[in-house]
Amino acid sequence: MAGTFKFELVSPERILMSVDAEQVIVPGSEGEFTVMAGHAPVVSSLLPGVIHVTTAKDKQAIFVRSGFAEVNAEALTILAERAFIVEEADPRQIDSELDAAKQALDDCDSDEARLHVNRAIEELKALVKS
Amino acid sequence: MPSLKDLRNRINSVKATRKITKAMQMVAAAKLRRAQEAAEASRPYAERMDEVLANLAKGVANPEGASPLLVGTGKDETHLLVMMTAERGLCGGFNTNIAKLVRNDALRLLKEGKTVKILAVGRKGADNLKRDLGSKITDRHSLQGLKSIGFEQASTIADKIMSGFAAGEFDVCTMYFAQFESVISQKPTALQLIPAKLPEGTDADAEAANGGAVYEYEPEEDVILDQLLRRNIATQIFRGLLENAASEQGARMSAMDNATRNASDMIDSLTLSYNRQRQAQITKELIEIISGAEAL
Repeated sequence: MAGTFKFELVSPERILMSVDAEQVIVPGSEGEFTVMAGHAPVVSSLLPGVIHVTTAKDKQAIFVRSGFAEVNAEALTILAERAFIVEEADPRQIDSELDAAKQALDDCDSDEARLHVNRAIEELKALVKS
Repeated sequence: MPSLKDLRNRINSVKATRKITKAMQMVAAAKLRRAQEAAEASRPYAERMDEVLANLAKGVANPEGASPLLVGTGKDETHLLVMMTAERGLCGGFNTNIAKLVRNDALRLLKEGKTVKILAVGRKGADNLKRDLGSKITDRHSLQGLKSIGFEQASTIADKIMSGFAAGEFDVCTMYFAQFESVISQKPTALQLIPAKLPEGTDADAEAANGGAVYEYEPEEDVILDQLLRRNIATQIFRGLLENAASEQGARMSAMDNATRNASDMIDSLTLSYNRQRQAQITKELIEIISGAEAL
């Protein structure tokens, strides 16, 4: 592993997560991308989807509904309007996210985005079952 | 001269009032702490947003093609004033001060021949302006019955504003709220939302943090800037709501503290005159008895 970088997940209400991560997979609006230490600076908007965070100790999955990711030399900051940690989510929350994701599907203007949101919906559906 | 019984009744009623104001003060103090924490917790998000925005806006090469949210519609005719006040009174000059600021600005704009529209968030401010500017209040948003302020509230208001702007209902949007400075001081503040006023000075900081590197943007710069500006409005409104909530509780706390102190003073002076009168009565009765005995 190439080392760690600071990963912060910030919602308007509070800082949800602030850890040193080894690898983070981000659902960007132009395709998923993986951020590791030393990534080039990027600002990207997000689509509904799951962020996979790998730290030295464990892995976590967080669902976000739209937001922004900013990568700079030292840190990855995600500004999310709504986010929850997948393992701790309750079914009602998932349902409401599912509705929102379906809404987002209607607003999509490219096939790629549609594909992506579809995948987020699939992931949510899988969560509902489990 | 009130009788002894009257005085006793008055003392009791002021005591009851003092109990209520004391309780309200303590409730406000507890709520204030929570509101302050919420306001502080929301700060990182707003700060990051500012940084990214400042960075982006700097990079926009041609202002003509830029989003109207940033540069405005080019006109300055219709102003939307978003007035944020509380749902409840009994908090000193809090609501009045905000309403006063809005009224002054509205009257100034009207004098300049501009059109003014007011979006009233919270009931009290609208009540305050009803008499002279009631016709200008085009929309209301109620915060009634809310335990705490969530981002959804801000989003709803922001959506209202955005759709109004898209429909060309106004050119400039300004938000009025009370900036929380301390428990005893809340400053009514006007903040321009559209066209966006970007913070100065963060440019250099952001650049320093980034080591002067150039960002890549996904999607295109102007698209992301537009999205960010939209989100920024919701963020600013959220900030305003939280600041306002903290200010309201702070204002209520100090107002109720004053009221409690006044009630105590009043009880003291009433007790004094009650005792004085009681003594006078005893003396009078004694004199009556003595002079009665002497007469025998």
